[in-house]
Amino acid sequence: MDWSWLPKYLPMLLQGLSITIQILVISMVLGLTLAVPIGLVQVTGPKWLSRIAQAYCTVMRGTPLLIQLYLFYYGVGSILATFPELRQSIFWPILREGYFYAILAFALNEAGYAGEIMRGAFLSVPKGELEAARAFGMTPFQVLRRVWLPRALRNVLPTLGGETILTLKSTPLAALVTVVDLFGAADRVRQETYIIYPPLLLVMAIYMILTFIITRAFAVVEKQIPSRR
Amino acid sequence: MLSSQTANMAVVVDDLHKSFGPLEVLKGVSLEARQGDVVSMIGASGSGKSTFLRCINFLEMPTRGRIIVTGEEVALKPAKDGDLHPTDKRQLERVRTRLGMVFQSFNLWQHMTVLQNVMEAPVHVLKVPKAEARARAEALLQKVGLYEKRDQYPAFLSGGQQQRAAIARALAMEPKVMLFDEPPSALDPELVGEVLKVIRGLADEGRTMILVTHEMKFARDVSSHVIYLHKGVIEEEGPPKQVFGSPRSERCKQFVSGIH
Repeated sequence: MDWSWLPKYLPMLLQGLSITIQILVISMVLGLTLAVPIGLVQVTGPKWLSRIAQAYCTVMRGTPLLIQLYLFYYGVGSILATFPELRQSIFWPILREGYFYAILAFALNEAGYAGEIMRGAFLSVPKGELEAARAFGMTPFQVLRRVWLPRALRNVLPTLGGETILTLKSTPLAALVTVVDLFGAADRVRQETYIIYPPLLLVMAIYMILTFIITRAFAVVEKQIPSRR
Repeated sequence: MLSSQTANMAVVVDDLHKSFGPLEVLKGVSLEARQGDVVSMIGASGSGKSTFLRCINFLEMPTRGRIIVTGEEVALKPAKDGDLHPTDKRQLERVRTRLGMVFQSFNLWQHMTVLQNVMEAPVHVLKVPKAEARARAEALLQKVGLYEKRDQYPAFLSGGQQQRAAIARALAMEPKVMLFDEPPSALDPELVGEVLKVIRGLADEGRTMILVTHEMKFARDVSSHVIYLHKGVIEEEGPPKQVFGSPRSERCKQFVSGIH
């Protein structure tokens, strides 16, 4: 097996790894942040908001991520490009990049999946514990922040760990909108050297290591949570 | 306007009605508790006594009636669901801090240790400094005999211990009135005693308490006033001697002489 390309392309691979991690972390953080209200309104209402959230989850979960990514990158991107004010603004260098649209698509997609998870998570917290919080004079926001949300998150931590791993393995799609992430870097090696398998095997191994790290990280956090199960 | 007598009462409930859909669970129940009173509510299941207690701190919204806590009447307005809802959220939250509720199923926050459970509301609702809240919480846990368990999570405690932790949590708010919803009914018989002992201690301290209970002997011993509720109306009330000893109502006589 030919590994002669490695020294030359190693910096690019490392750069790609860094991009992959950035996309994963930012889109997971954004996605989960969005998922909290999306899950919450489905439990608390009002009904019209709940319907919107439901519809959102249905669309995001029911359509291929790749098509969503293309819609954002080619669709939204080209619409934005028609505004000359935007093109001259300081945001354009960001709005021009596939990186931006990849994060946007992954975050919004993740919000759809995790929103559904959070809906169940909020429902899984015993009503009595929320009543107790209200009975002691907590405001609705305090009930959410101190009891409902932390309880809900703990209940679905293992599921969210799985979500993170699935998202990690969706990130190579970013390479299809010009982002040189970890997979994008391997692809670049193929294009420039015609060496196909060694770079692919190498990045596979790296994805596995990343998955392992994520699994361990979630296991460590889960251990902090007391349970008698 | 409140009469000066009403203003001095710890809790006044006036003509409380509560319906769940077409089912009227409470049909005009009133109660007055002075400072230091221990009012017990007894009655068969379905008599509405738990619902009545839950209306006092608005975990259930009453359909009709007035509720006055330590002289402050909670402002209510009719809502779409046919019940009355508090007009002023701040007032509701303020009034709730004066009512220490102990739930039948404890409802301790499972993601916090016993100590954190007891400190939570004082720190985040009353804004008591953490160190002070901790000292007070530790003293209370000492009092209910749970100091050694303070760093445990509720799931690792027995039912009786959880119930006592729940009592400490309610006491930590320094409430004007304690509300007990069937305190020991979720417990194994051998654990009932330890909880009743704690509640009896509170009664002896002169705490104002309203309790819903199935424990007839206990109600007889600790109460200053007993209310027998039957199908949403007060069938009999008075000092424990009268209600348990010489009830006028035939139904009450049967109830208190039953196996309860």
